Amino acid sequence: MLRIENLSAGYGQAEVLREVWMHVGTGEVVTLCGRNGAGKTTLLRCVMGLHRQQRGAVTFLGRGLANVPAHQRARRGLGWVPDDRGVYATLSVAENLLLPLPTSPHGWRVEQVFEMFPVLYARRNSPATRLSGGEQRMLALARVLRTGARLLLCDEPTEGLSPLLMAQVGEIIRHIKDTGGTVLLVEQNLRFAATVADRHYLLAEGRIVDALDNSEVQARFYELLDHLGI
Amino acid sequence: MTTQTDLKPARRPPVGPLLGRVARLPKAAQAGLLALGVGVAVWLPNGIYSGVAMDMLCWALFAVSVDLLLGYTGLLSFGHAAFWGTAAYSTALLAVHAHVVFPIAVLAGAGASAVLALPIGYLAVRRTGIYFAMVTLAFAQMVYYVANEWRSVTGGENGLQGVPRELFGLDLSDTYYLYYAALPIAAAGLFAAWRIVNSPFGRVLVSIRDNPARTRALGYSVRRYKITAFVLSAFLAGLGGGLFAIAHGFVSLDTVHWTTSGEAVIVVVLGGIGTLWGGVIGSVLLVWLEDRLSVAGFTLVGLITGSIFVVVVLAFRRGIWGTVRALFHRERDGRR
Repeated sequence: MLRIENLSAGYGQAEVLREVWMHVGTGEVVTLCGRNGAGKTTLLRCVMGLHRQQRGAVTFLGRGLANVPAHQRARRGLGWVPDDRGVYATLSVAENLLLPLPTSPHGWRVEQVFEMFPVLYARRNSPATRLSGGEQRMLALARVLRTGARLLLCDEPTEGLSPLLMAQVGEIIRHIKDTGGTVLLVEQNLRFAATVADRHYLLAEGRIVDALDNSEVQARFYELLDHLGI
Repeated sequence: MTTQTDLKPARRPPVGPLLGRVARLPKAAQAGLLALGVGVAVWLPNGIYSGVAMDMLCWALFAVSVDLLLGYTGLLSFGHAAFWGTAAYSTALLAVHAHVVFPIAVLAGAGASAVLALPIGYLAVRRTGIYFAMVTLAFAQMVYYVANEWRSVTGGENGLQGVPRELFGLDLSDTYYLYYAALPIAAAGLFAAWRIVNSPFGRVLVSIRDNPARTRALGYSVRRYKITAFVLSAFLAGLGGGLFAIAHGFVSLDTVHWTTSGEAVIVVVLGGIGTLWGGVIGSVLLVWLEDRLSVAGFTLVGLITGSIFVVVVLAFRRGIWGTVRALFHRERDGRR
């Protein structure tokens, strides 16, 4: 579904991604793990078309994304859940959910969202800024689900969440996979990643240094933690 | 056994009306305020000099146009006088040379502003923040230069004089009657602005203001929305400018001067950015204050109004109407 070939990107003189090659298959959950500053968020932003200074090729559903602006990438089926929660503070929960443009007929209905996230139903008229951090992450995820995006780019969806909410996010990701969705997940929490992912890429100093199946994680767990600096 | 991760509630929650009362006053309060506003608008020329009342209408439209861009789209324009003035000149030229009835002349003038706004907006929205403001200022200065130099059309420094008030033979020489003839146009403009911000389009503008990158990632062409907002804003400013020309009977270079743009921003800040009606309140207050100070014989009107502006901005960060609204919401939330 997604193929990244020889992707390099930077900020000014600083090169953050160096010749990254990776792919995400349809229906997979693939995580991108690495320390802070490894380039994980930059990679997602490159795929989403929100980062200008980049070289290389990104192909989605067989079509190249070169010179395709971000809003058109979203309409082609890419959905981005940013790491900064990404809700519109001045809009209510309901208004945040009504905002996304549906990019496919498979977008979640509002009723489905409220069924999956009852806390959002309870707070539907509250300004998004009044939600807790975890609730805002739920809202950001729910908003992208409304679009029916075929590939979700999730940037650290469990950061700062309680174990309960983390488990809920895991359920949602598994539900997305079970219903045919595909997820590229940036995650520092390897324990969480191992519960949802099919494959993992390890990113260090802008390069892919390792790629492994989820079945290998258990055997190499402490080695991976060491690599992540945990 | 129900686990802690059981996501399905015991029963399907009814969705009901989604857009609740979060950022809005209760319906009864809204209706009351609307009735009050309509009542004041209808009564106004009976309580104050009708020329001042007309200026309030014109400036209310101008302020609302600026707030649509600044408060709802996050774009500060220092060039809106270009649209206010272009409409004023266009309206005046149609009224003087073609004897067009004033409502049509005003609409045509606003249309001219919208047409002018298209290329300016197309270029200006490529930049954001202070750079956007500077680009709009630069274009406004170009319009000022054209108005100054194109003397055969605009009258240059002398301006355009003798702008008639044509309306199918009706005698509108008394500004009192002109006010009521112009009120539907102003009301339509204000209603259009209200409708724009309370629509899905308005929500997208707010999302662009809050975070353009995120809005792009949701599939919206941010540039196209910004340009559309810019053109709509210019049209509204043009409505005000056209009425201003008819009300005063002349158009001068002041209408396209950059300080006029600054005054519009001031009234919006005074009333409350992003509140829409704050701009109306701010413009009514400022026009009234300037009139009262002039009548009272004060010569340093600008100094006094500027001082009041500084005090209001320091004391009421959200503007007058913004502060009132925030106090209401705090009171309501405290009672819950």
